[in-house]
Amino acid sequence: MAREITYQTAINEALAQEMERDPTVVVFGEDVAGGMEAPGEDDAWGGVLGVTKGLYHKYPGRVLDTPISESAYVGAAAGAAASGLRPVAELMFVDFMGVCLDQIFNQAAKFRYMFGGKAKTPMVIRTMWGAGIRAASQHSQALYPIFTHIPGLKVALPATPYDAKGLLIAAIRDDDPVIFFEHKVLYDTKGDVPEEPYALPFGEANIVREGSDVTVVALGRMVSFAQEAAEALEDDGIDCEIIDPRTTSPLDEDTILESVENTGRLVVVDEASPRCGMASDIAARVAQDAFADLKAPPRMVTAPHTPVPFSPVLEDAYVPTVESITAAVRETAGAGAPSAA
Amino acid sequence: MSNRIDKLGMPKWGLSMTEGTVVAWLVEEGAEVAVGDEVAEVETEKINGVVESPVAGILRRRVAAAGDVIPVGGLLGVIADADVPDADIDAFVEEFQATFVPEEAEGEAGPAPETVEVEAGRLRFLRQGEEGEPIVLLHGFGGDLNNWLFTAPALAGEHVVYALDLPGHGGSSKDVGSGDVDFLLGSVEQFLDAQGLRRVHLVGHSMGGLVAASLALAAPERVASLTLVASAGLGEEINGEYIRGFIEAERRRDLKPALELLFADPSLVTRQLVDDVLKYKRIDGVEEALRTIAGNTLGEDRQRVAVADRLGELDVPLLIVWGREDRIFPAAHAERAPEDAQVHLLDGRGHSPHMEAAGDFNRILESFLATAGARAAP
Repeated sequence: MAREITYQTAINEALAQEMERDPTVVVFGEDVAGGMEAPGEDDAWGGVLGVTKGLYHKYPGRVLDTPISESAYVGAAAGAAASGLRPVAELMFVDFMGVCLDQIFNQAAKFRYMFGGKAKTPMVIRTMWGAGIRAASQHSQALYPIFTHIPGLKVALPATPYDAKGLLIAAIRDDDPVIFFEHKVLYDTKGDVPEEPYALPFGEANIVREGSDVTVVALGRMVSFAQEAAEALEDDGIDCEIIDPRTTSPLDEDTILESVENTGRLVVVDEASPRCGMASDIAARVAQDAFADLKAPPRMVTAPHTPVPFSPVLEDAYVPTVESITAAVRETAGAGAPSAA
Repeated sequence: MSNRIDKLGMPKWGLSMTEGTVVAWLVEEGAEVAVGDEVAEVETEKINGVVESPVAGILRRRVAAAGDVIPVGGLLGVIADADVPDADIDAFVEEFQATFVPEEAEGEAGPAPETVEVEAGRLRFLRQGEEGEPIVLLHGFGGDLNNWLFTAPALAGEHVVYALDLPGHGGSSKDVGSGDVDFLLGSVEQFLDAQGLRRVHLVGHSMGGLVAASLALAAPERVASLTLVASAGLGEEINGEYIRGFIEAERRRDLKPALELLFADPSLVTRQLVDDVLKYKRIDGVEEALRTIAGNTLGEDRQRVAVADRLGELDVPLLIVWGREDRIFPAAHAERAPEDAQVHLLDGRGHSPHMEAAGDFNRILESFLATAGARAAP
């Protein structure tokens, strides 16, 4: 069991194992097979960062390079899903969703509902998100709140290689459309991943760390930042519980609420913009349903309400940091009624 | 009296343990301790346990305080006779702390699980110990070789210890065929053949006990002694709620209450333990394997296979250990043992005495094996 692979390899393995298991699983998108100037079929690029490398010759006819037209191939994926296939379409950067949004939110997301439950749409859109690689405003956004907002879609946001493989397998087997967010900075991170296929259920948060003083809910890349912050805070005697929801739709509200019942304090760390995001959503839920347990106001640590800057200095200032998380936790821990019972 | 100074070190429970947190001291500084006395409680990521004194003497120094995180092999305390001068103790501590180097991270040294292909499929096992009569450890329903984390290292000094993942479990194949007891004991026999083991001491917990006993009845020539821990097959009653709860649980909040039934003290069920079991249960084929085995080997509301009446036929030493608070199989099942069996009922322990009372359990098993080994010798 103890085999370490990267987040990227975990995603590739999930795709390969599901294609092996189920002949209706097909993969398509821009450059997912070869890509321009690839040296040959066997060592074709397999996507802009090589995530789908090796699938093309292993599953002939089932890994398709598409024209650069997201509206065409995402629409094709929705249609293929409605008529019997399990397509996994790759939207290279989630920032490009604007050109194919109708296919996603007005078509795929609505089929099951508008056809009285008689249609299913087992499609997955894999997409890269997040700041941190100097790719500027149009290739760095954290747009999962937009998809989370839309009923009929499911949204996964793996933070570790283990979660990436298990959530992608679950996404492919799911009969509803799933938007699968891969943080580009996490692709090289390593972790223990079983070789055998396994499905990680949606709506089951991961309790990353147990603690009694402050609940820190963190998403995606922010999970490891929260872990670092928790270690630093331990020296000050502040014991953080870290919860990674893993999927934002469905959202495991119970685990978050139960944790806040114990700690009475909440910090939500979210790389997305501050307005109408997961941080405000989770903070509002907790304020409504666990108000009596709260000893201090919930705090949100997010990016500022600006486009992602291209300047390295500004980009680093844009993304929440271990220090900004630590500061928010300290402020929460020091505010309101004393935490000692 | 002697001037010997002994180290009380952080133990290593299981392959992945690199450090432990001292929860509490159970003995005052200056108190006398005997070999095996419980001196400190330690918490690890996976499990909580008790550190026992390796020697007799006086606990002269508590070096680590409650709450301290100490690497495996690091210094918890110092044991020596009363007449050893304090200055010598100080020097011992100082020198130890100055020269101690924690062992490398997981996987660098020490044993790693291996796999072997047999007719029943791929079997994963962990071999520990260099020489001595071989012992094979068989876990229970839904368990794996890691359940013996406290047991195998204790036995490995005198024996070659094999902890096996039964089919459908741990890192072994998830295809369990008929999933009946013959399939399971067949897989163990194939494992013995593959490892060139003619005759072994068999130790089985729960369902693993039933498999061990059935193998001993089917192939008595291969078994030097038999140890059954809270074993299946000795009575009719079985906690069907547990079996169903374990199979059906997909989420932490459903699985935790089921796992708590395995121990008298539910606080032994850590978050990490629940996560590890969930990781196993999510693997493709596991649920089907568990259902098949539950249906064809264990039975869900009434045990399917009974071996109690036939244990008397066995001409090998037999040890039975049970926790009186067992909530899966009643401890009263231990009474079905034949008269010449050694029976130990442990107060205040549940279905997993080898984990809940590892020190006591290991002592019982070691002394049983010492006499059983003498009897089994040609």
